Parts: sequence; C-alpha cells; structure tokens
Amino acid sequence: MIAFAPTEEQAVARDTMRRFASDVLFPKARECDEAAAVSNSLLAQAWELGLIATQIPEAYGGFGAARSPTTNAIVLEELAYGDATLAIAATAPSLFAYAVLDQGSEEQKQTYLPLFCGDTYHAAALAAVEPSPCFDALKPATRARRKERGFVLSGTKCFVAMGDRASHFLVVARADDGLGAFIVGRDAPGLKISEPEKNLGLRALPTVTLQLEGVEVSDGDRLGGSQRADVGRFLNHTRVAAAAIMTGLSRAVLDYCIPYAKERVAFDEPIARKQSIAFRLADMHIEIECSRWLVWKAASQLDGGLDATKAAHFARAYAAEKSMWIADNGVQVLGGHGFIREHPAEMWYRNARTLGVLEGIACV
Amino acid sequence: MIDFQVSANDQRVLEAIRKEAEIARAYARYYDENEHEFPPEELEEAKDCPKPLTLLGERSAEDAGMAVLTTLISRGMTWGDYSVQVRRPKGGLGNSALQAAGSAEQKQQWGHLTLAMAITEPGCGSDPSQVQMTAVRDGDHWVLNGEKIFVTAGCRCDGVVVWATIDKAAGRAGIKSFVVEKGTPGFTVTHKEKKLGIRADDTAAMVFEDCRIPRENLLGGEETVPKGSSGGFRSVMKTFNMTRPNVSARGLGIAEAALDFTRDALRQAGVEIEYGRASSGQSAAAEKFIRLEMLWEAATLSVLRAAWLADQGESNNTEASVCKAKAGAAVREITQGCIELVGPMGASRQHLLEKWFRDCRITDIYEGTGEIQHLIIARTLLGYTRNELK
Repeated sequence: MIAFAPTEEQAVARDTMRRFASDVLFPKARECDEAAAVSNSLLAQAWELGLIATQIPEAYGGFGAARSPTTNAIVLEELAYGDATLAIAATAPSLFAYAVLDQGSEEQKQTYLPLFCGDTYHAAALAAVEPSPCFDALKPATRARRKERGFVLSGTKCFVAMGDRASHFLVVARADDGLGAFIVGRDAPGLKISEPEKNLGLRALPTVTLQLEGVEVSDGDRLGGSQRADVGRFLNHTRVAAAAIMTGLSRAVLDYCIPYAKERVAFDEPIARKQSIAFRLADMHIEIECSRWLVWKAASQLDGGLDATKAAHFARAYAAEKSMWIADNGVQVLGGHGFIREHPAEMWYRNARTLGVLEGIACV
Repeated sequence: MIDFQVSANDQRVLEAIRKEAEIARAYARYYDENEHEFPPEELEEAKDCPKPLTLLGERSAEDAGMAVLTTLISRGMTWGDYSVQVRRPKGGLGNSALQAAGSAEQKQQWGHLTLAMAITEPGCGSDPSQVQMTAVRDGDHWVLNGEKIFVTAGCRCDGVVVWATIDKAAGRAGIKSFVVEKGTPGFTVTHKEKKLGIRADDTAAMVFEDCRIPRENLLGGEETVPKGSSGGFRSVMKTFNMTRPNVSARGLGIAEAALDFTRDALRQAGVEIEYGRASSGQSAAAEKFIRLEMLWEAATLSVLRAAWLADQGESNNTEASVCKAKAGAAVREITQGCIELVGPMGASRQHLLEKWFRDCRITDIYEGTGEIQHLIIARTLLGYTRNELK
C-alpha cells in the first residue's frame, strides 16, 4: 500500500533526533569544523540515544527493536539537519555493526555485536573507498587472495571514518569469487593506519588511510563466513544513508536561508519578496521533498528485504545532485555573507561537495 | 507506515488500464494527425476488455486511497495515449469542481454529465481573480455575459462550469462558478483550437451573450459576497489541489512511455545500463538515461505524496503545487532528453516519441503554470500573503 505515514515509533525517533540535532549538534558544528576534531563528549551524548544498540537483538545485548532502515533514514536526516559531520561521526560504527547484524555469521554476531551495546561509544569502521580517480565501489583494486586457509589482503583504503580509533575495520576487497568484506583487527600485522586525513568538507570527521600489505585473515573473518555476504546489498544500505544525510543537510540550508532572505533588505524590500530569490527557495523545497521520498522508497525496499539497487542508486544520485545545488544556492542567497565563515553556508557548501562523492560513509 | 507497494487489487486495475492503453496507442498517431475528429468513447478492440473501474471492487485497507489510485490510473492511461484520458466521460475538470463545491442536489442533477471548466479569458489566465465575465441576477435567473478560451473538452462536453464575477468591485470574493448546460440559449462554442500537442483533446473558445440560467445553477449556492475575505473563490481553487496531482500524473505517463521507448532504443544500440555503478564508469548515454529515469521517479513520488495527503483528508495545497511544478518541468526535460538520446529517429513522425514530446508540454501550463506553482510554494515557505509576494 502506498503510504507516507511514519509509524508512531518513527515519529518519536524523528522528534527526539530533531531536538538533539538543533540543541546539541548544530551549536557545536562550526567549532568542531574549525578545530577539525569531533568532541568525545558529543559522541558520548549521541551514544546515549542508543542510535545503534536499539536495533541489535537482545540476545547480543541490544534493545531488540525491529531492524528498520526506514527508521534509520528518518533519524539520519534529522541528525544531519543539525550537522552532517557529527551525524556521521556519531553513527559511523553502525557501518560495521549493521553489516554484521544483517549479513554476519552467527559467530561474528556473537563476537562483535555486543561491542556496540555498551555504555560508551565504540568505534569500528568501514573501509570501502580507495584513492583512485573515478573510484567505483563495486570495482575495488584491493585484493583478497585465497590461501590454503583464509585470505591475504593487499591494497589501499581511504576516507575510513573514525578509523583513528576503530577497534576493527570491515575491508571491502575483490576475491576470486567476487566482492567480499573482511574483518580486520586494528593490530593486524601488515595494516598501517595513517594520521587523520585533511579533507575539503566534513572536516571534524576523523578519516584515515589504511595500507594493507599482506594482511592475513581467516575464513571466519569474511563477512558471512561460508555464506558469503552480498557487498552490493550492503552498499545499498550505505547509499540510502548518505542520501538521507544529504537531505538533512539540504533542509538545514533552506531553513537558514528563509529567515535571512526575509530580513535582508535590498532596494527597499526584503530580498525574499523578489521572485528570483523566492522561486529559488521554492525549488530548494521541491528538491528536498523529492530527495526525501526517494530515500523513503529505497529504505522501505530495504525494510522489505527487496533488491533496492536501483532505488538506492536514484536516492543517492538525486540527493547528491540536489544537495550540492541547494548548498550552492545557500551561499548565493546569503551573498557575501555566504562566503564568510561566520555563517554556516560555506561549511554546508564544502560538506555537500564532499558527501556527494563519498561511498560507505553511513548506514541505515 | 511508509510503503510504496501497489496492492494486488490495485495491480489488477492497473493491468486492465494497461491493456486499454496498448490498444489506444495504435490509434495515437491517427488522432494526432486528424485533429478535428473525436476519438470514440470506446475502441472496437477494447470492447471485450474488462472495464478497469468495474475491477475496483471492495476497497480494503491494503489498497490505495482514491486520489492515489486516480493518479496511477491517469499515468497508466496516458502511457498508451493522451486520448484515453479524453475518452473517459464525466472526467472533465468541471466534474471535479462539482464534486468539490457542489451541493448534494447539484451533484445529483449534473453528476451524470461530462462537465468542462471555463476559467481562462482572452485577458486573464494565471490570475483568475481578474475574470471579466459577469453574472447578474434577474429574478430567478442569472444572466451571463463574457468570453472564455482554452476550455478543455469544451466541444464534446455536456456542460461547463464557468467562472464569472457577480461583483467586480469585490475582486476575488465576487467570483462564483455556474453550471451551464449545452443548448442553453446565448451559449455558443465558437471554435476549436489547433494545438502543439494533445490534439485528440478538444480545446474550445466559447461566448456567453445574455445567457440565462436558473438561479440554482450557482455552484455551492452561496450568493452573497463576503466582506474582507475571498469567499467561495478559495473553495473553488481547492479543486486544483485534487486535479494538480492528476494532471501531473498524466504528463508522467507520457514521459514513462518515452523512457520505455528510449530504453529499448538504447538496448538495440548496445548501450548497457547498470544501476549502482559510479557515474564516471558509465557511458554518457547510460548516465543521461539513468538521470532522466531518476527525475521521473522523483516527480512521481511527489505526485503520490500530494495525492496521499488528499486521501488522508489533510491539506495538500503546497504539495499539489510541488508535484505540479516538479512533474511539469521533469516531463519536459525527460522527453527532450529522450529525443536527444535516440537521435534523428526521435524527431521522426514514424515514431511516437516526437508526439510525446509535444503532448506532455501542456502539463507545465494548464491548471497553473510552473511559475504559478512556484509562487504558491514560496508564499507558504515565507509566510507571505499574495500582496507580499506577487
């Protein structure tokens, strides 16, 4: 049945996250961006909301709520409305946790899921992106070569969010039998972790580069074990998440532009009364709505266990294009002020450009 | 819940619509080239098809609401040809107005007729508050005088819902709508327009000269002009909240046909389309096609959103404008882009693609241009009145 009605739990989650985003994340966004560092107290506050443990079954220490990518997409849009960077930092461990939850072997679930159900923020990371031009997540250069027992991983990964403190990495690599994801401990021999990278946007998000030189993993470290995980399916979850975050960012831009345009006077009237500005704001609103419905459609397919490849592609590509356009126009509506770091417009502009090209940055 | 699955029940209706649409498509070119012939209500080949609306049956909680289903049906019809929509009796905009604003007696009296809606005049289009046509009370009658243009279905309809002012000084508050049946003395259909597209749809110009209609033909029956408010104008404008998602869906049905045609053409040309891949790894043609499909999906979801709100009995004024603005622009870009992808054959009248490109163009104009929709959305966002943002 076609319906756009969040459930009661989804509405509660949305409202809670909206408050948290406005009261806690947004006021800290600029400070964290300038410092290029995320504050631990902020991560602790976000962790208390149970962002990840909620959907982990009680058997593994979680709260046992139904697994719902749609709920998570709603939550991510709200968090990113406060700040996309902090939303990603706070939820980054879910990339590892949800991958294990959805496609891990029983042994992997028992080993790793309890890590995410404790009282304190626990970092684990996804290593999907590689530093090659025109990178395609489904065609990584990182190889997983078969040995008699287990695999040997070699390659380079970058943009690994929260990699500076992650206890484990989920490394996407090409094996002889197709794409695989492999669990690698932080101390694995042959794994080199760089200093935090310096990026255009999402500056407060600690991302690192991983060098994998002959890192040995066991058969049991392949996600799903003998039931090899479907990496494409997992990437769909990450793409819908990225689209939800970009939608939240877009909404933040519009909500900042509206009062500005109503206050800023030029030629004797607020610029919002000029059609060139008013219509641009209307277009921003239209594209935010469309982005959200594409996210919801893809997420609901994930909820239903359907193949969401096409819908997730649409959601991510659309949100990437439109959030960039919206952030760009956010700078333009503010004029000179858009260029000054006193206002958040330039930060959103950098964040949107960064988000739009990343893969595996968040999960639903 | 949040869900986008079409129920099995609704799927059956849409399959029946598809069958009819496929039959109608065979006649699409004919009614395009023979503009002044009316398509029959039913095509010979479609006689034995199950009638889609008889399949509606018992509606269950699993099924879509009627506003949502209506948009799905419209899309399904125009996928075949715009003329399918035209064939459907009682489907005029005037019928929507009657349902939205008419009294129980009025719905009883005219519900079986096909009613067109006459708003636009030679001197006013997007701003219907400037209607010049007058209605003057004379005993138990109204006397109508004025001229209307761009009346969809104006030739084949049984009557029109016509907008006229009963008090010019009152502005929008003075505008009322009246039902005028065909054959009423003083009411003449003067000519049928020649158009860029949707040629099977007759678009008429009409004149009212001392045309007398019964007093009861005032839609809604409210004869007074309220001070300091827009009166019945607002309620009549509400008709558009229901029809805007629907005409948006019509355009999207046409665009869907264009996308299906182009997908086949690209496949024949050996262009592979793969979802989930980085755009930098796709061919330019594949990437462009995916972008057009994505645009279609975005617009379609905005239409469903506006219709769904209507089904919930919630206000959808802004959302109706959002979907109209989005779909109106999207179908233009999609059909233009499809021709670009297909190349010279896309511009040939051997294929229907060029017709779809012409047909869908109207959906960004009628029932409020894209610009008008932007105005409505912007006023809502900014909390501005119509005087604060013109």
